[in-house]
Amino acid sequence: MRYEGNPFEKWLVYLLLVLGGVIMLFPFLWMVSTALKGHIYVIETPPSLLPKEPTLANFVEAWTSNRFQLYFSNSLVVAISTTVLSVLCSAMLAYAFARFVFPGKEVLFYALLFTMMIPGLVLIIPQFFLAKTLGLRNSLWGLVFVYVAITTPLNTFLLRGFFEQLPRELEEAVLIDGGGHFTIFFRIVVPLSTPALATVAIFTFLASWDEFVWALTAIDEMSKRTLPVAIAVFQGAHATEWGLVFAASLIAAIPVITVFVSLQRYFMGGLTSGAFKG
Amino acid sequence: MKTPRQRRETTTAYLFMLPGLLFFTIFMIYPLLKALQMSLYQWSIMPGRPSQFVGLSNYAQAFEDPVFWIALRNTVLYTLVTVPGQMILAMLVALLLNYIRSGRVLFRTIYYLPVITSWVIVSILFKYLFQSPGGLINYLLTDVLHLIAAPIAWLRNPTTAMVPIMSLGIWKGIGWSMVIFLAALQTIPGELYEAAAIDGASRWQRFWHLTLPLVRPTVVFVLVMLVIGGFNVFISVYLITAGGPMKQTEVILSYMYHQAFDFLEFGYGAALSYMLAAIILVLSFLQIRFLRRPVELY
Repeated sequence: MRYEGNPFEKWLVYLLLVLGGVIMLFPFLWMVSTALKGHIYVIETPPSLLPKEPTLANFVEAWTSNRFQLYFSNSLVVAISTTVLSVLCSAMLAYAFARFVFPGKEVLFYALLFTMMIPGLVLIIPQFFLAKTLGLRNSLWGLVFVYVAITTPLNTFLLRGFFEQLPRELEEAVLIDGGGHFTIFFRIVVPLSTPALATVAIFTFLASWDEFVWALTAIDEMSKRTLPVAIAVFQGAHATEWGLVFAASLIAAIPVITVFVSLQRYFMGGLTSGAFKG
Repeated sequence: MKTPRQRRETTTAYLFMLPGLLFFTIFMIYPLLKALQMSLYQWSIMPGRPSQFVGLSNYAQAFEDPVFWIALRNTVLYTLVTVPGQMILAMLVALLLNYIRSGRVLFRTIYYLPVITSWVIVSILFKYLFQSPGGLINYLLTDVLHLIAAPIAWLRNPTTAMVPIMSLGIWKGIGWSMVIFLAALQTIPGELYEAAAIDGASRWQRFWHLTLPLVRPTVVFVLVMLVIGGFNVFISVYLITAGGPMKQTEVILSYMYHQAFDFLEFGYGAALSYMLAAIILVLSFLQIRFLRRPVELY
């Protein structure tokens, strides 16, 4: 299906792509438009995409009210802690799988692969009781630990593949010079693997920033909520304040879109290596 | 016999794995086994009232529970509609993007935007779009396209309430499959098409007999992942209809969640989730077993 130089055909292809693109973008545009409308214009007939009197009032209200900034910082703390811990743990795990022979290696690797196929919600009932026992209910650490556990298998799988392809000459040189595996890992493997680590870090950050179900289940205390839960709860309680809900949603989406657009190269690379599902 | 060096290596390996395995064992493996145990009990959360071992009766209960069958039907229906929907549209977009020379990154970004947006936000958004009477979809169908005379109460009617949920599933998922398909299409050497064109193969023949067999492993991979995703549908149902009206739009996971956290039927909830896991594992195994075939270029 290569480009064959037929101008009519070329324009038809672009036309179809633009048409599809409009369908993909339209719900978002509608969300932005609703967020920019004042309260009275949100349900109007006929509805209009361009707000008559666009206002940032919803954004200001969302940002300044309802502990929104607290939720934002909760989400940020959880996502950053998860990313650091998960990338470190899975890189070390992946290094062990890529470089060592040890008893139980096969079993462990298949256990990791197996949990990738299990629906996350299967675990949620025991996780709920476990968090209760460990005093992790209503704690941001309770979110972080579970997110690290959820993201580790996939991250390990991807990083192992990358580490296996790294040349071993440098590492052998370190061993001959009397250095240990921790030196190799932190001084050679980690610096050489920046692209792979970045990919894994981006996926982990986005996944924990957006996670909803575990945060909904583990947290009852309002002050410990993360953004997805806060937005869903707010929408449930104020079913008609769409402008405000969408303003809050758009603010919540800013980190995601920023990360995605600026680091798209790493993102797509990780995706097409086939280990991730968005 | 092991040499001291081998033993030292083994110790180092375990040290490297320790932090990751700690999280993995405590928060994944333990809950996985615990859920199995809970599914065999009438699980009690009252202090002083011990949980009662009931064998497989939680599983048997599901088979006699009419809502379980509704939830299973809806889950299967959701998968049957959204998986082919996503795959066909994604393949179409990937073929178009593979054809053009400029603007590929821009279009890819646009089609991928729904994938990276959180399920919570897009679920609320689709709930808003499918509102009645004032929602955008109703407005487009009545006043712009004149397809229907009166607005449809999408979310209040069991037969139409799955429409917003399924269209969301397709719309949100196209980008992911498209990116994977596009990467696979780009590995096909152009000379193959030239040769096929010289042999007089039509465009459709080239796609069916050349492209599709070459990207078959990718298609199977995407299919397996999307079926898993389809059976895992939860957040959109939970936020758009909450399983209503009258539990008619429950899917397995939303029903499980309601049973566990609204009605405190934790044993039954655990059994429901284990049944779902079993269905997913069997389906994935069958797909890989019967659809994956080695592809030969020569």
